[in-house]
Amino acid sequence: MSNVSVKEVLFSPIFSNNPIALQILGICSALAVTTSMQLSIVMGLAVALVTGMSNLLISLIRSQIPSSIRIIVQMTIIASLVIVVDQILRAYAYEMSKQLSVFVGLIITNCIVMGRAEAFAMQNKPGISFLDGVGNGLGYLVLLVAVAFFRELFGAGKLFGIEILATINDGGWYVPNGMLLLPPSAFFIIGLLIWALREWKKDQVEAPDFEVSSHTVKEAF
Amino acid sequence: MSNKETTSKTIIVAFLLCIVCSIVVSASVVLLKPIQEKNKALNLKTNILAAAGLLVEGASADEIETLFSSIKPFLVDLDTGEYADPSVVGKELALDYDQRKAAKDPALSAVIAGGEDIASIKRRVKYAKVYLVEAKGKIETIILPVSGYGLWSTLHGFLALEGDANTVVGLGFYEHAETPGLGGEVDNPRWKAFWPGKKVYNLEQGDEPAIKLVKGSVDKSKPDAMYSVDGLSGATLTSRGISNLVQYWTGEQGFKKYLNRLREGV
Repeated sequence: MSNVSVKEVLFSPIFSNNPIALQILGICSALAVTTSMQLSIVMGLAVALVTGMSNLLISLIRSQIPSSIRIIVQMTIIASLVIVVDQILRAYAYEMSKQLSVFVGLIITNCIVMGRAEAFAMQNKPGISFLDGVGNGLGYLVLLVAVAFFRELFGAGKLFGIEILATINDGGWYVPNGMLLLPPSAFFIIGLLIWALREWKKDQVEAPDFEVSSHTVKEAF
Repeated sequence: MSNKETTSKTIIVAFLLCIVCSIVVSASVVLLKPIQEKNKALNLKTNILAAAGLLVEGASADEIETLFSSIKPFLVDLDTGEYADPSVVGKELALDYDQRKAAKDPALSAVIAGGEDIASIKRRVKYAKVYLVEAKGKIETIILPVSGYGLWSTLHGFLALEGDANTVVGLGFYEHAETPGLGGEVDNPRWKAFWPGKKVYNLEQGDEPAIKLVKGSVDKSKPDAMYSVDGLSGATLTSRGISNLVQYWTGEQGFKKYLNRLREGV
């Protein structure tokens, strides 16, 4: 693990090892905040910051952490960082923090943060761990923005709150798809994105756990 | 390096980590508090203006302060419906009275009996702070503070009525933690646009609040269409909560007596 390159650590999580699309982590918040591009970007940046900083701090003290309490130590550091980020958002991006409401606090439970801390930061040097955290945060951000693009454009006819497709309610022609504003639609979009990504990068396709055998018993009708 | 797996090492690491983390967390909370408070106060004023329909789109912080200076706060004794002097709550100006703080103060509030607490707010203040917009000596808009429990959180907001103390000007919430996209749609301007023009009371049938949220869309042919507002789709419990809180605050325990007095022109 010691010869990992900076470029690989920072950029591979975006497409070839995306935390949401390949590792299937952090889906819960991806469903919640992707109704608008703006929210997704703020949320993505917040996660990138928390993952980066938590990886850095945990890596700095990795040789001091007793293994029996390592998970608690990681959680404490992550939780503190999330509170700080939440407080900063409340002070400098009040409107945004009102819309993100509980989801900033829920970064604590985002599996990506803890996953990277446990899998990467515990074994690697601080600098590279920080980049790994930021990279994974960016991977999360990219997927969030991709989902939000479809949800905001077709659900509300807008992008970044600016009208693109004039909706019927505002006297236009576009009938917005209300389902896209509800959380389940994000499942469909994430599913389709994962499919598209795996068509592009075939090595992400997992080997089937078992093969479906053909019918051997003829049903009587 | 000494062995890091010993019990004493474990305790030292845990202890130091807790100290450092708590210092960082409390420092950020304390240092950022003034800015957050300013944001909150501005948000409150913006929402009062928005509920009264006075807010100009994209107004700056200074413009909001100017607009807000035309609105006068008054204290109302909920039991009698009369105006109260700020001295009864130990303040010089009505503006300084914090109704939400008072709701927690045993001297200024009382526990609501179980069956009457339809808004699930547990305690009711004796004095409420209302805001009036006056023009040419006549009341133009009455802005009433309302609060009540939705699905996850207590919603805090303002209900603005016209000078007739019956027709709704607007309803807006400045603080809530309902599900974004579902209950959180209480902030959606399209939903808020259902409120203006609705009536709170059906005065031909007495002075009990008639306004309510209905499932789906309001059937305009029904006689109670004037007292019904579209519910939020996908947010049945938030809608029920809003229905309850509006009825509570315009009912017997809320501003009913005050509004009755205004209508009688006392």
